[in-house]
Amino acid sequence: MGTKLNSAAAGTANYVDERTSIGGFVKFFARKLFPDHWSFMLGEIALYSFVVLLLSGVFLTAFFVPSMTEVHYEGPFATMHGVAMTEAFASTLKTSFEVPGGLLIRQIHHWAALLFLAAIMVHMCRVFFTGAFRKPRELNWLVGFTLMILGLAAGFTGYSLPDDVLSGNGLRIIDGVIKGVPIIGTYISYWLFGGEYPGTDIIPRLFTAHILLVPGLILALVALHLFLVFLHKHTQYPGGGKSHRNVVGLPLFPVYTAKAGGFFFVVFGIIALVASLFTINPVWNYGPYDPSPVSAGTQPDWYILFVDGLLRMWPGWLFGLPTEWVIGGYTLSLNILIPAAVVPALFFGFIALYPWIEAWATGDRGEKHVLDRPRNVPVRTGIGVAMITFYVILVIEGSNDIVANLFHLSLNDITIFFQWGVFILPPLAFWITRRICLGLQRKDRELVLHGHETGTIVRYEHGEYIEVHEPLDEQELWLRVSYENYTPLEIAPELNDHGVARKGYRWDRFKQALSRFYFEERIEPVTAAELEEARHHHDEHAPHGLDEAAEAEQADERLDAEWEQVDGGAKK
Amino acid sequence: MHSIARRRHHRAAPLLLVLALLALITGIAAIAAPTPATATTEASAEDVADGERLFAANCASCHGLDAQGQDGVAPSLVGVGAAAVDFQVGTGRMPMQASGPQAPAKPVQFSDEQIAQLAAWVASLGAGPAIPTAEQVDPELGDAANGMLVFRTNCAMCHGSIGGGGALTQGKFAPSLLETTPTHIYEAMLTGPQSMPVFNDANVTPEQKRDVIAYLDFQSNGSPGGLSLGAIGPVSEGMWAWIVLLGLIIASTIWVGARSS
Repeated sequence: MGTKLNSAAAGTANYVDERTSIGGFVKFFARKLFPDHWSFMLGEIALYSFVVLLLSGVFLTAFFVPSMTEVHYEGPFATMHGVAMTEAFASTLKTSFEVPGGLLIRQIHHWAALLFLAAIMVHMCRVFFTGAFRKPRELNWLVGFTLMILGLAAGFTGYSLPDDVLSGNGLRIIDGVIKGVPIIGTYISYWLFGGEYPGTDIIPRLFTAHILLVPGLILALVALHLFLVFLHKHTQYPGGGKSHRNVVGLPLFPVYTAKAGGFFFVVFGIIALVASLFTINPVWNYGPYDPSPVSAGTQPDWYILFVDGLLRMWPGWLFGLPTEWVIGGYTLSLNILIPAAVVPALFFGFIALYPWIEAWATGDRGEKHVLDRPRNVPVRTGIGVAMITFYVILVIEGSNDIVANLFHLSLNDITIFFQWGVFILPPLAFWITRRICLGLQRKDRELVLHGHETGTIVRYEHGEYIEVHEPLDEQELWLRVSYENYTPLEIAPELNDHGVARKGYRWDRFKQALSRFYFEERIEPVTAAELEEARHHHDEHAPHGLDEAAEAEQADERLDAEWEQVDGGAKK
Repeated sequence: MHSIARRRHHRAAPLLLVLALLALITGIAAIAAPTPATATTEASAEDVADGERLFAANCASCHGLDAQGQDGVAPSLVGVGAAAVDFQVGTGRMPMQASGPQAPAKPVQFSDEQIAQLAAWVASLGAGPAIPTAEQVDPELGDAANGMLVFRTNCAMCHGSIGGGGALTQGKFAPSLLETTPTHIYEAMLTGPQSMPVFNDANVTPEQKRDVIAYLDFQSNGSPGGLSLGAIGPVSEGMWAWIVLLGLIIASTIWVGARSS
């Protein structure tokens, strides 16, 4: 039986190989090495939730009707009897209450969407804090960044499809933002909605974007993203034997293929578990879209909350001046344009360009395949935490009514707090994080130079007390001393020997300022000479003390054993 | 969820019995035309007298012995009607525990009989909305689908799409309606307690009020999708996605990683 199966498999493989020469590729991929760490699986979570989205999405398209034709509900749900609604909403209700398993698949789809973006962002944070975006991976960082933006687009277009009150309000805000763009805004809005908002075209258009355009682009970019991972080889965490020129890990086949395949089912299973237990997007509560009602707790899905937060936070008046201007009969809505478009564009632009910003600061053109420990790059880690702080503030401000209600706070006070906090807290987070990183680096130095504290105190015959320190082993040492020691850039002077100003001096000045910001204050890794000196110094005490400590411990044990015997005898 | 529904009816039942008795005494006219603006004083003189004593002992320190109120402390209660008293005292909001943006609901301080006596006395001060009859607030008689339309046009902007509650300005809030009795919901619409506007019978008709009650009563069936996470919208869903969904999965990545090494 077994041999029969084997020969059948071999025969099939051979048949395919003779006609496609695929054997070489399979061998290449199967032998590809990957380092192992749980944080390398965060991107996989995003990939698998995307697969879950595709699978559940195919099911949903079979029942969803992307039409804004008005119908009256005749299904089983009591609070909707006879209510006028679009076919899109009616078919969503039908999928939920009449199609067997429809509600579960809808909830799987929505939970997977929330997870997809959360996993992308956590994966981005991992890549950021470990410096995995450095040369040669800058382009792949951009591809990943674009995937995140496409994920937002996929989420938003899908969120609006059921045509319920909640998502309609979201579309309303988007319409407002588009109309806030000077000159062309109104035209774009009319073009997008096929006339006055909301019109009857937007649902079919969003449907095309949601099921064809955006997922098509995501698929293509996912392929590119993974191809580049193969091309660049995977990064690895620092450690003995790992360098910028090698990869230490296991081959893709069989360990990782089994693991990754199994992990897909873990992700799918957990999504299905949560989807079967917890309601998500109960459109039957919100009711069919009608531009007039807006209910409390009207918020976008979490990944758009930061835009909502900016809109809620932006003041109508600033220093006695309105933030909305009427110029020659035309309204310039800076109060919408800046929070909803300009600030997100700057924030995302900074994220997209970050690899280049850091490369200017380091001036390092080498390829980096070993990851940084976040503590060894205090300024980058600080910037990352500051950006997370900024983002979280916006998310909380976007949920300010929920927060106010939950904690019995004043909505107005929360907004005022964050209007100041958004300027104060991120720099504070930066400063605190950088101090913590520098402190951890100092602790590393201390450990390398003096070894682990053992807690063993030895008293010499002449009365001196010392604590015994145990030297670090090779791996521990490697981890703590082998990091890049960047110093602030030195640049050529402004004037050359002939007293003529040279070209590009201003750009160099900028790079120098940036570099100083990054590396002015740094903790240098322990050098071999320093380590040698420290060991020499310790030779006078430590190994000596270590011997005596061991001796004392043996004596203790002997004494304990003796006592035990005495005790045992007494009990008998 | 059924326990809530049971308790809701159970809690209201004694009060409704008293009301039915009062209605019987005053005759059919009171039932046929329960126009709240011209409330009838069906309580006995004895009840009114007891109510006055209770008022003097428990409410007069703020509202004044004559219930005329004090500027900046408490409003006048002349003309607020029995419905306002039944709501404010019957949900524990009055007597107010402490000064604050809003009087929160708390354990009820008086027996149903005492509340009825207080209501009778306040109603005797001037015409105001009466306590609704059992029929007026019976969710079985309402149309939940119409209630949904009325609710989301008039109520949802503060109380949320199914009455889960929401925040207002300066620490005030619209409370959750998911455990409020039908009578109290009706009275709140009629009298507009605290930050809430009055929805008089010209604005939202008595039938529509009952439809709203039917819509809210329907919510006690629970969410068809599973646990509702507070029914407050995407914020709780997002938090759940991060903490539970991503949390469980990251925990399993660490588990998978630990297995290999």
